[in-house]
Parts: sequence; C-alpha cells; structure tokens
Amino acid sequence: MLRLQSFYYGGFTVAEVPAIELKNITKTFGEVVANKDVCLTVNRGEILSILGENGSGKTTLMNMISGIYFPDHGQIFIDGKEVKIKSPKDAFEYKIGMIHQHFKLVDVFTAAENIVLGLKDEGRYNLKKSTSKIKAIADLYGFELDPNKKIYEMSVSEKQTVEIIKVLYRGADILILDEPTAVLTPQETQRLFAVLRRMKADGKAIIIITHKLHEVLSISDHVAVLRKGEYIGTVETSETNESELTEMMVGKKITLNIDRSDPVNPVDRLIVAGLNCTNHDGVKVLDNVSFTAKSGEILGIAGIAGSGQRELLEAIAGLQYLDSGEIIYNNPKTEEQENLRNKTPIQIRELGVRLSFVPEDRLGMGLVGNMDLTDNMMLRSYKKGKSAFLERSNPKKLAEKIVEDLDVVTPSISTPVRRLSGGNVQKILVGREISASPSVLMAAYPVRGLDINSSYTIYNLLNEQKEKGVAVIFVGEDLDVLVELCDRIVVLSSGKVTGVVDARNTTKEEIGLLMTKAFGKSEGGKK
Amino acid sequence: MGFHVIKRDGVPTWKKWLIRVVSVVLGLLVSSIVTLVLTGTNPLDVFSYMLKGAFGSERRMWSLAQGIAILLCVSLAVTPAFKMKFWNIGAEGQALIGGLASVTCMIFLGDKMPNWLLLIVMIFSSMAASAIWAVVPALFKARWQTNETLFTLMMNYIAIQLVSFFVYKWSNPIGSGKIGVVNPNTHSGWLPVIADKSYLLNIIVVLILTIVMYIYLKYSKHGYEISVVGESENTAKYIGINVRKVIVRTMILSGALCGIAGFLLVSGTDHTLTRDTIAGRGFTAIMVSWLAKFNPITMILTAFILVFFQKGATEISTQMGLNDSFSEIIMGIVIFFIIGSEFFINYKIKKNEKEVKE
Repeated sequence: MLRLQSFYYGGFTVAEVPAIELKNITKTFGEVVANKDVCLTVNRGEILSILGENGSGKTTLMNMISGIYFPDHGQIFIDGKEVKIKSPKDAFEYKIGMIHQHFKLVDVFTAAENIVLGLKDEGRYNLKKSTSKIKAIADLYGFELDPNKKIYEMSVSEKQTVEIIKVLYRGADILILDEPTAVLTPQETQRLFAVLRRMKADGKAIIIITHKLHEVLSISDHVAVLRKGEYIGTVETSETNESELTEMMVGKKITLNIDRSDPVNPVDRLIVAGLNCTNHDGVKVLDNVSFTAKSGEILGIAGIAGSGQRELLEAIAGLQYLDSGEIIYNNPKTEEQENLRNKTPIQIRELGVRLSFVPEDRLGMGLVGNMDLTDNMMLRSYKKGKSAFLERSNPKKLAEKIVEDLDVVTPSISTPVRRLSGGNVQKILVGREISASPSVLMAAYPVRGLDINSSYTIYNLLNEQKEKGVAVIFVGEDLDVLVELCDRIVVLSSGKVTGVVDARNTTKEEIGLLMTKAFGKSEGGKK
Repeated sequence: MGFHVIKRDGVPTWKKWLIRVVSVVLGLLVSSIVTLVLTGTNPLDVFSYMLKGAFGSERRMWSLAQGIAILLCVSLAVTPAFKMKFWNIGAEGQALIGGLASVTCMIFLGDKMPNWLLLIVMIFSSMAASAIWAVVPALFKARWQTNETLFTLMMNYIAIQLVSFFVYKWSNPIGSGKIGVVNPNTHSGWLPVIADKSYLLNIIVVLILTIVMYIYLKYSKHGYEISVVGESENTAKYIGINVRKVIVRTMILSGALCGIAGFLLVSGTDHTLTRDTIAGRGFTAIMVSWLAKFNPITMILTAFILVFFQKGATEISTQMGLNDSFSEIIMGIVIFFIIGSEFFINYKIKKNEKEVKE
C-alpha cells in the first residue's frame, strides 16, 4: 500500500511517490532493541527532522538507510520501489548521501581532492573539471567554499560544507544529516539552514537528526519523534509547538519508586567555579561551569550526551586539563580547603581528598577487563606500603566481600572481569569505589545498560552513601531517574550550565527544555 | 553455504594445549612430506635425524641447553616491554651492543685487572650499553609518541653497522675482518667453566633470571603497573600511574637484560664478536615470548620447542648434504603451524546456517 501525497512543486501540483519510505523497520543488537516498528516518509522538496533523546535510535535508523546496518525486519522503499540497502555503496546507487556527525575527510588534501576521492569517473584525474563542477554546485545552493583550500586549514563549518558537497557531487538527492548543527555557531547554523532551504526548493529530500527544538521548528516540514527505540509519531511542524514535542520526546511521567531521604546537615563539599576547558579540536567543551556539591545529597547532572559531562567529571578527578576555573574541596576532617584544579590523581589523593569516581567507560577506564576481580580491586590501592611487592590478601578479601554484599554473579574471584555481564562489572566498580569510604563520589551513567534489578542495587548504594554524608554527583541520561533520585539537578547544554533545579519541584519537561536550550555560541568552532 | 569465523573465549587449558600439540604434529607431518617430495627420504628417518640433531650426544644436549638459555634470556628481555604493549623489535641490536661493550672491555681491560673485577665491569657496561640502546626509542615514544616499532628496528641497523666497523678496526690478525677469539691464552674476561661444563654457568644465570622475571611480573608493583599500562592506558591514567615513567623504566630493564644476553654470548660462549653473534635471536625471542603468553616459566618450553626444531632441521640438512636453506624451510613450516594454532585457540570456524526465510 503506497500513500500518495499531493505536493506543490515547481508551479505544478503533482501526485508524487515519496522519495523514501520506511515501513516497520526493526533492528536489535543482541537483547537491545534499537529501533522498533519505525515508519517514516519523506517526499522530494521536503525536510524531515528526526527528534529524540540520546539512545533513542536516531543514528541507528539513519545507518540502516545509508547501508551501514541492515534491518532485521521491515521494508525500505525508494521512489515507491522496495529496495535492499546492503552497503554504503548500495545507498550511493539509490542516491542517498549521509553527512556524518564526525567528518570523514583527509586533512592534508584540498576540498576538491576530498570530494573526488574514491570516485571512478574521469574527474579524479581532471581536477580542473571537477573544480568547476564543485563551483557550480556551490553557486547553485549558495555554499561558500574554496575548492583548493586544504582541510586542515578549514573551520568546522567549512569541513561540513565539503562533506555536503561531496554527497551532492556524487548525485545524491536524498540527504541525511546527523546532528549537523552540533558543531556550528548560530550564524553558521543560519547559513546552513539557508542552504538546506535552497536544496529543498531544488527538490531534494532531506532528513536531519537533531535534538534542538527551536531548530526543528524553524527548518523542518515534518517531525518524527523516537523514544527509546520506539516510533512515537510524525507531526506537521506548523501544527506543533515546543511543549508537545518535548512531551513526545521524553514521555509521560513514570513513577519509579526510588527511595529519597532528605539531606541531613548539607555542607558545601566541592565548589566548582568558572571551569573552562577546550578539547583537542579547539572546541570549547566546558564554558564557565559553576556549581556546588553538598555533603549528604545527590547532585544530578543532566544533559544531552557530549554536553561536557565527561570533561567535567574528569577535570574534578584530575584527568582533564582546565583552561581556567577553580575546584575547591572542603576537607571534612581538617576543615581546610584544597584547590584540585590541574592536579594529578595521585596529588589529589596525597592531599587527603577522598574522591571516588565511577567513570562512564567501565572496562576501558574504571577496570582492566583482562584482570581478575582481585587485581581490579588493587587498582586504587596497590601502591600502599613501602614494599616493592604487591599485597593481594586484602584486595582478595574486598573482592569476596563485594561479591557477597552485592550479589555479583561470577564463577570465582579469579575470573577476568570482562567475562562478567555488564551489571556485575558495574557492581564491582561501584563496590570498589565505595570501599574507599569517599567523601565525594562521582558516578557517570552508572546504570547504563543494566537491567532493572541491578539498576536498583546501584541506586540503593548511592543512597546509602548519601545518608553517610557523602557528596554524590550522579551523571544520568534517564530523566525519570534523575528527577526521582537526585536532590538537585545541574543541567548542562553545550558545555554551559543552563539551570540548577530542585529535583523535588521540577518536571521532566522543564529539564528537557533546559537541556535543549541554546546559547549564542559566539566563539565556538573558531578559526 | 559457507563458513564464518567467530571469536571464542574461555577455552579450557587442556584444550589449548591439545590444539598446540596437534599443530606441532601436523607441522612435523607436513615438513616430512616436503622432505620426502624434495629428497625422497623416508619420513621416519627425518624424525630420527631431528632427534639425533638435538639429543644425539652429550655435547649436543649441552649445546641444546645453551641454545635454549640464550634464546630464553633475550625472550625474558623483550617480555616486560611486550606486556606493556611496547613493540620492542630491537632486541637484536640491543643485545649486539651489549656484546660489543663486553668485547671492548675484554680487548682493552684484559690484562689490567683481576678476572672477577673484569667480569663485573663487563656485565655492567653491557647492561648499560643495551639499556641506552633501548631507552632512546622509549624516551621518544614517551615524549613525542613516535612509533617504537620502526624506531627499535632502525636501532638494530645502527648496532650492526657499529659492530661491523669495530670488527674491522680491531680485526686480529689485522685485515682478516674478524676479531677472532679474544685473550685465547689468558682467558681473561671469559666466564669461568664450572663442573667441567662450559655452558653450565650461562644456563644457571638464565634460570635464575627466569625465576626473578616471573616474580617481578607477577608479584611486584612494577609488574602490576606494566600490566595495567599494557591493558589500558586510560585505566593507568585514571588511577594515577605515570605512564611515561613506566615506559622508560621498563625499557631500561628490557635493554639491560638484552645486555646480559650479549654478555653471555661473548663472555660465556663465543669469546669473540661478529655481526651475526645474536643470530636472529632478537626476533625469535618475540615468538618465544608471545607463544608463552608472556609467562617466563612457559617460555622455557616454547624456547625449547624452537631451539629443538632449529637443531633438528640443521641436522637434517647436514645428513642429506643440503645447505642451511633446507633447514630454514623445515623451521618455517613448523613455526607456521605453531603460530597458526593460536588462531584456532582464539577463534572457531562455524558452518553458516541456512538463511531462514520468514
């Protein structure tokens, strides 16, 4: 059954077959359902936004259209004909072009060389001819690009332009852009949108993935919303508003029944003031971040992934270099203040700062996958004592205790941790970090990938620490959990604090809006 | 229909060893077939030559044990670096420079100090020279992230050319292009012969080093740091290990052990130096270490297997009046099978299921 739509195009009203149509697309990875029964339709001369939180399956879906993944079920139609897209090459033949979030360009080549790279036509030996073709494309849609400029001399926005022209040069008329505005300044975004509108007028079908609501409203004709892999629905942009979209995106409130006690005698434990941090690409990842973590409370940190959460925690833990700012720790024993900025983890420990950190990357950072439970217990403490040799009996006892207390399912304590399931790995990591009796405990996405029971074990552990007077910092992605578990929530958006809310008197919608709130990024993506 | 390969994990130890034994047997089978086809010799004869080559006489058995000891010493040297995932393929050059230091001491200090003192000076200068050869690539890697594989490999050529230069310069008699046996009459700088067995001291030294290395890697804090840096540099940083320091320290150790190997070859075995003194052991050692999964005790076995086949293959060539190339062919076949066995330990091959139509 094909849905035919009336559509105004080039002065004629024509009944047109959709450029691309997806029907009941389902994709699972092991037990995880990344996409479930997703249906989408995009016509020529139309822009569709795909909106969803992190992990809602947007990128997986686009990867199936561009031939990187193959769906388990469902059908894809191009111009009304069912197709099987088995590889990026197939996608290319159906004139589908994807612009990835992370650019795939050769730095030392010029724009023109990158654009013709890998092509089999005569253009690759005739750069002059290709250059004039590139110029023609750029003029047609209003791109500004010097084809002879080398990639490493380009700004992020110029690199994106090269990526877009690359797919247009190859004849794409269905374009997919994955988070195209994430790296752009507002002015660059406006320029990109102008180009997209011109391409739309030229009859291209465009899909953009984003989570910025105001952009969705300004650029797209339709919005498709995904939530946790499920297809929620498609709405006409002209007939919707921010709050309706937010509700579709985050869902109705679910009651989780996580216990939450009131903080007892909260005192300022960790004062973070004006942190600024730039990553390798020269992009500002923390922009004047300030907040205070208090003893006996759980401070949540909410934000779209990549809003600076990782850099923030790593800066506190002594793993991330800061351009400026202060991290003040109030030592509960000596009542002295220590500044942790740009100190190494060892220096922080030597100051008597009891800081525990459960990093996001459990097996790549928090633990060593090929080592057994005992040796993983030693990671934090192996240096103790003057002996040149290791002391394994206490770590062994600790491993046994954690296995028993937290019901870790493992064949033995001499099993490499990589053989254990995700939940058990996390229990070991959290167990070890708590065993150091910290006064500050930071946990990044501690329940990601865990089942319900393991998740509750972790929530209870965090609550226990809070009741012991520990200042707990919890970076989460599930807003329901953040709202029910935390006392206060700091919301980050593009490296800035967009709000600090009282978790008891807030709603998911409020946090969702703060998460997607955009600032004028005046100097982002400079050079 | 077809096959696909999937990774597997948790193969029981007995099964791993079964796979290895089967692969060695298959390697022997193929090499005997090759011998049969090329020379028309009965495969059983081939095996008996092999055994004879390795165990045929007391002298041969001592030579086998000596070969194992020296190879094992170089393997012990590369092991900590490999465990740290620092791909040191420069053990050949590091050991050779150690040998050069030893031979220099023998030539110039031979009559100037008592033998015990000379031996101590030799061993320390060898260790220092080799450690320098190893630490230069490590410093560059720690400071500028240079590629250690290329760097250590290039250092080999420098070492070989240096040795060629000095071998010519110090050739005895002059112009012969060989250093010849140093101090043939005074035996100064020669490792003493104990219990009338010329290689016994070498073997004992290497056995002690093996045990020390086993303990160092498994029970010392340094060994633990090496494992963490090798497994995950991010984890090392997270717990505050100074990764640069560990890389440099471990390469000094690795180089110093190569120096001992060079010293044992010059002082305890050859009493001279040529550019071929190390004879490719710097590379064979990588295989020994790798096949033993970096466990020094298991390395005794893997070094034995490699040296056994080497001696056996040489004997086959001699018996059949063929040159060294033939023994290298046999060696190559056997090593191919041994290394190939690791693939079947880590992966299994599964027949594709027929596609299920919905």
